[in-house]
Amino acid sequence: MVLVYIDHQDNQIKKSSLEAVTYGVALAKQLGTEAHGLLLGTVNDDPSALGAYELKNIYQINDAALSSFDAQVFVKTIAAAATKVGATTLVFSHNQTGKAVCAGVSALLKAGLVTGAIELPKTDAGFVVKKSVFSGKAFANVSIQTAIKIISLSPNSFRTTGGAATMASIIPLDIPVSAGHVKITAVNKTSGEISLTEADIVVSGGRGLKGPENWGILLDLAKELGAATACSRPVGDAHWRPHHEHVGQTGVQVAPNLYIAIGISGAIQHLAGVNRSKTIVVINKDPEAPFFKAADYGIVGDAFEVLPKLTDAIKKMKASA
Amino acid sequence: MKILVCISKTPDTTAKIAFANGGKKFEEAGVQWIINPYDEWYSLVRAIELKEKDPATIIHLVTVGGADAEPIIRKALALGGDEAIRINTDSSDSYYIAAQIAEVANTEKYDLVFTGKETIDYNGASIGGMIAALIDAPYMSLATSFLMEGSTATITREIEGGEEVVTVNTPVVVSCQKGVAEQRIPNMRGIMAARTKPLKVLEPAAADSLTSIESFELPAPKAGVKLVSPDNVEELVRLLHDEAKAI
Repeated sequence: MVLVYIDHQDNQIKKSSLEAVTYGVALAKQLGTEAHGLLLGTVNDDPSALGAYELKNIYQINDAALSSFDAQVFVKTIAAAATKVGATTLVFSHNQTGKAVCAGVSALLKAGLVTGAIELPKTDAGFVVKKSVFSGKAFANVSIQTAIKIISLSPNSFRTTGGAATMASIIPLDIPVSAGHVKITAVNKTSGEISLTEADIVVSGGRGLKGPENWGILLDLAKELGAATACSRPVGDAHWRPHHEHVGQTGVQVAPNLYIAIGISGAIQHLAGVNRSKTIVVINKDPEAPFFKAADYGIVGDAFEVLPKLTDAIKKMKASA
Repeated sequence: MKILVCISKTPDTTAKIAFANGGKKFEEAGVQWIINPYDEWYSLVRAIELKEKDPATIIHLVTVGGADAEPIIRKALALGGDEAIRINTDSSDSYYIAAQIAEVANTEKYDLVFTGKETIDYNGASIGGMIAALIDAPYMSLATSFLMEGSTATITREIEGGEEVVTVNTPVVVSCQKGVAEQRIPNMRGIMAARTKPLKVLEPAAADSLTSIESFELPAPKAGVKLVSPDNVEELVRLLHDEAKAI
């Protein structure tokens, strides 16, 4: 039985978690078994609506100790729940929560773990999961040899479906929840920003933009496209943009539908962080910029001229659509 | 206070990634090895800063690897730390590696165990979480700031779309990333001192491997870039809409 961890924040189920649900259901079909969800705490919307993704049961654990996140508590609770319902495969999203809990669950259950899976496993002989390694420069096929298997799915690797006319059954699970040791004292959200790892479109700027005061034209384009914004490492290091926008081998790795790189030369470390993007557009003044070799579309031109024109053209396209 | 810093050996960020034996093995010829950047720049440097503030602090470094990991662990000792432990075994299985480190942690009873948020080779992001579960300590993933006051740690950690600030008493396992500290360059005094710092080699404890790497692949090469004139951005918009279906 496949058990998918339903991850939520501010009582909303995350998009990356819906991808994990879609993945878990597809995996259950492949294995000829059922897919269920595991929900810790509560969400605003009726969780039985997850039946639209063909989840059968949602096992829900409600305990005051789960209202704020403590990895140690969540790990123990998830492991106990997985054992109680007899899960043979657990699916998480490889998002911030997944990174905090799935390794601990793996250790407690002694269940083989592959983090950052990018497609469904091969299960005809054994159980082999493909994941991105060397920070996006290569893939590894990893075999899980234990009876219970755990996969965390790389965000933006598996499109959500949904739309089935079924409802999931909510089944409360009675699992004792231990008290935590962690106290959350503040939460700082960058409001209104689109999450970089979940974004469909990412607009990213490099040193070619010459200074933080020039980011306006990039932000205009991002706004028009509903895109998240990112930057190269030198830009992050120079504090032109916040650290969390740095994509690349030692920053965030992204895999959006569309990645637009502006004034970024395309160092190997940067390419590693973005090369799983479906479509890459490069805008750079230098025709020799190595990024063009990794791009699908390119414009050799001055970003300060091209960007406002591009934003306008997109605006016009949207108006005529 | 006693701190354990986990150190991993990874290929340099500029290393060309290639595979031998029909994709079964990482091609090590010509590869420069470095301390995993997250281990070096953030967790090790932060541990050193804590010792600079409180000289009674003891820092142990641990690595799981063969004798070829010793230059890396010496390089780490050149930055700082009192002694190093190498657990003499090679593995790519996170659980096996975490079980080795947990064994050391259970014997030595550290107040803090630091890891990088992930290694830049296998990108598992799992060793810290596994150690925490194995020694039953709280786990703080993706820390961007780490402060210590008595036996209470105040940690800022990344969450979806922002950060949260949490307090927790030691012992605690922390995975560190950008923000926790700034990269340092080892100085000559550190390099000389590292030569005589103790490096203990332990044989591995009995533990299971739960996974194994079957093969590696390189991404398919791109078909080639389609260039559009800067005077015809409408054409780019059309291609992105009609051909790539990306907007």
